[in-house]
Amino acid sequence: MLGLNKNDLTLLAIVAVLTLFAPFILNPFPADSAMAQFNAGYPDLMQRFIIFGIFAIGFNILFGLTGYLSFGHAAFLGVGSYAAVWMFKLLSYNVVPAIGLAIIVAGLFSVLIGYVSLRRSGIYFSILTLAFAQMSFALAYSVLSNPKFNLTNGETGLQVYKNDPQIFHGENMQDFPHFFGIYMNSTHTMNFGAWSFDFNAGYYLCAIVMILAFYLSIRIFRSPFGMMLRAIKSNQTRMSYTGLNPRPHTLAAFVISGMYAGLAGGLMAAMDPLAGAERMQWTASGEVVLMTILGGTGTLIGPVLGAGFIKYFENIFSKINDTILHQWFAFLPDGIEDFVVFIIHPFIGKGWHLTLGILFMLVVVFLPGGLVEGGQRLGKWIKSRGKSDDSSATTEPAE
Amino acid sequence: MSKTNYTRRGVLKTGAVAGAGVALPTIFTAQSAAAYTNEPTGSTVTLGFNVPQTGPYADEGNDELLAQQLAVEHLNGMGDGGCLNTFSSKALKGNGILGKKVEFVTGDTQTKSDAARASAKSMIEKDGAVMINGGSSSGVAVAVQGLCQEAGVIFMAGLTHANDTTGKDRKANGFRHFFNAYMSGAALAPVLAKEMGNDRNAYHLTADYNWGWTQEESIVASTEALGWNTVNTVKTPLASTDFSSYIAPILNSGADTLVLNHYGGNMINSLTNAVQFGLLDKVVNGKDFKIVVPLYSELMAAGAGENIKGVLGSMNYNWQLQNEGSKQFVKSFGEKYGKPPSNSAQTCYAQVLLYADACERAGTFDPCGVAAALENFEFDGLGNGKTLYRADDHQCFKDVLVVRGAQNPTNAYDTLEIVEVTPADQVTYAPNHPMFGGDEATLGTCNSGA
Repeated sequence: MLGLNKNDLTLLAIVAVLTLFAPFILNPFPADSAMAQFNAGYPDLMQRFIIFGIFAIGFNILFGLTGYLSFGHAAFLGVGSYAAVWMFKLLSYNVVPAIGLAIIVAGLFSVLIGYVSLRRSGIYFSILTLAFAQMSFALAYSVLSNPKFNLTNGETGLQVYKNDPQIFHGENMQDFPHFFGIYMNSTHTMNFGAWSFDFNAGYYLCAIVMILAFYLSIRIFRSPFGMMLRAIKSNQTRMSYTGLNPRPHTLAAFVISGMYAGLAGGLMAAMDPLAGAERMQWTASGEVVLMTILGGTGTLIGPVLGAGFIKYFENIFSKINDTILHQWFAFLPDGIEDFVVFIIHPFIGKGWHLTLGILFMLVVVFLPGGLVEGGQRLGKWIKSRGKSDDSSATTEPAE
Repeated sequence: MSKTNYTRRGVLKTGAVAGAGVALPTIFTAQSAAAYTNEPTGSTVTLGFNVPQTGPYADEGNDELLAQQLAVEHLNGMGDGGCLNTFSSKALKGNGILGKKVEFVTGDTQTKSDAARASAKSMIEKDGAVMINGGSSSGVAVAVQGLCQEAGVIFMAGLTHANDTTGKDRKANGFRHFFNAYMSGAALAPVLAKEMGNDRNAYHLTADYNWGWTQEESIVASTEALGWNTVNTVKTPLASTDFSSYIAPILNSGADTLVLNHYGGNMINSLTNAVQFGLLDKVVNGKDFKIVVPLYSELMAAGAGENIKGVLGSMNYNWQLQNEGSKQFVKSFGEKYGKPPSNSAQTCYAQVLLYADACERAGTFDPCGVAAALENFEFDGLGNGKTLYRADDHQCFKDVLVVRGAQNPTNAYDTLEIVEVTPADQVTYAPNHPMFGGDEATLGTCNSGA
């Protein structure tokens, strides 16, 4: 069905169910319990999971299939955001033209950067893309935000002002992005006993877009074009000798993944109509590489898992502070309580980078295939439990 | 490619599932019925402290966090009560705010507007914060202020010095206690005239982003009004760590004064480079070469060490101020943390107390009520002397300090000495001043999120 085989269809169905029911899944703890700290089911973070999931899915089409490691993908995300906010400023707060232009502009921008960068491969390609991204960041941060020609509004970030044209903005409309009248920030909170679940319009827009983006990515992975991209990864020289020119294919993959980044950038602006230049910084480009590797390079669902993992740490662990730790360990005797808090202190709050770094290291060392490999191993272990293990000696092809 | 087999049953099933999926979100779009965003209903009220804990301004951020925690302690009646004893408004009783115990959540802005907004959003959406306080850079402050306006909560800005925060980007839900670039210029000018004369040739090095530009504009305007000549203004990229290539041309430009519109690590590096090049030992046009750093902070002064000796600048507050509020605050802060509070710590402490006091006087946490209580509020006893929260742009007007790097510091914290306390009248400007967005800048209407 839908042009997919049974396994892929199951995967798509799982992703669809997980995203549509995320408000329940991410809020497993009652709202007033101590564990509520670990709930992630509030609109902003759920939107971020999805948006960075889309970004990572797109990145994986380039990195996972062709093996070209781009270190400048955040540039496309940023360009997409700026394009979307400009649509808000000029036309209206409707998200459709904004997201549309974001994809188009990011696509054009990636043709430009890809055409130059793809003349080299390996480390040279990575450095070229990194250079372009840093250049875009510097342009956005200061060069293109001078008072005479203000395209990006620099450090403050591009935002919509009262005196912007907004030619299609209705009289009675609120000043917030909407999808034909459904405002992105409208949230319905459902209380169910001690639990509370947030259903946010913006989240569901993102979720539907992500399911479509995920479907498209499966189709690309399974298509002859995807096969061609894999051929580039396994042996580009041999491919050229058989008379195929790899460059148009790599450029196409680069542009497709750039457009995914643009889509993510546009959605980000649609959820929160401000585009900051830091979105294009090299750290942001590095983040998507981490997400993809953490989740599982070249797998379909890996990047989405990786994105969720990193964003969870960034938003949940950075908010745990000493006061909260003292509450948790209040049952211990005073001296021991202080000692435990002292031990945990470096890993929470401002130390969330440290925790993430350690986990990343553990994953890369013990699960080279990322979280997906962890899942597969767990699945295998559950299946083989109780059975004699004489059956499992099949060799997987190297990827 | 896979083969496609559509059966009637399959199509119907898929259609039903897809339809339900599409319809699901639409039944949830109704708004909840609270009177305003995050109306506290239990016995506690939550404040959000959103400061940079990582990144270039992490030192300032962590100092702000200490002060905010101290303020919460004092509001809840713990510790020695701090400035509640000296505050001119007596609405606060040390029993929380409106009888509700104050709790707080913290977050890391990373000095990035995106991260700051994400963190503030999680405080509002997840933790139910009614007020966000913090920010150690103007870009972040403007971005978070915009967010609070949309969400319908109050934003009490922390350290933000650019004119734009209460200028062209002013918002009805946002309030700033800290001073701004215009005030720095206005306060510094008379002192500069007195110490250096009226015929100086100034050379500006400016960090190339919004704050740098507004500060350069302000300082150029106020020094040119003295009769100074601006030789050149050079923008330096934000990521620079070595400024030697920018310092060399100054020697040949005929300038006798260098103005460094830099902050944080940038300022430490540029000042160090300038001193290493021996600028301070030069005599140009028959005058001793001087360096001015319009915005100072204790943490920068400590970073630059020896090099700041004799260099002039301005500050919002310094712990050496001898009024009642200041003495009380330094005592409480010092006893708890073992060091004097910084400029940025004081502004955050004052902002939290001012917010709490406004809630008490308004009798509600409703942002519109709180904003009305803060507007045109005159107070004293928080360390800066007599202060006015102006209604037109939500900017505080108070005395500005002109300081100088101490010649003979007696201890690690005695890095700056107060040269002059410029009275508030001298730094006051019209709300529609051209540097503050002119007539076009408006606060808009207050948003309670209902």
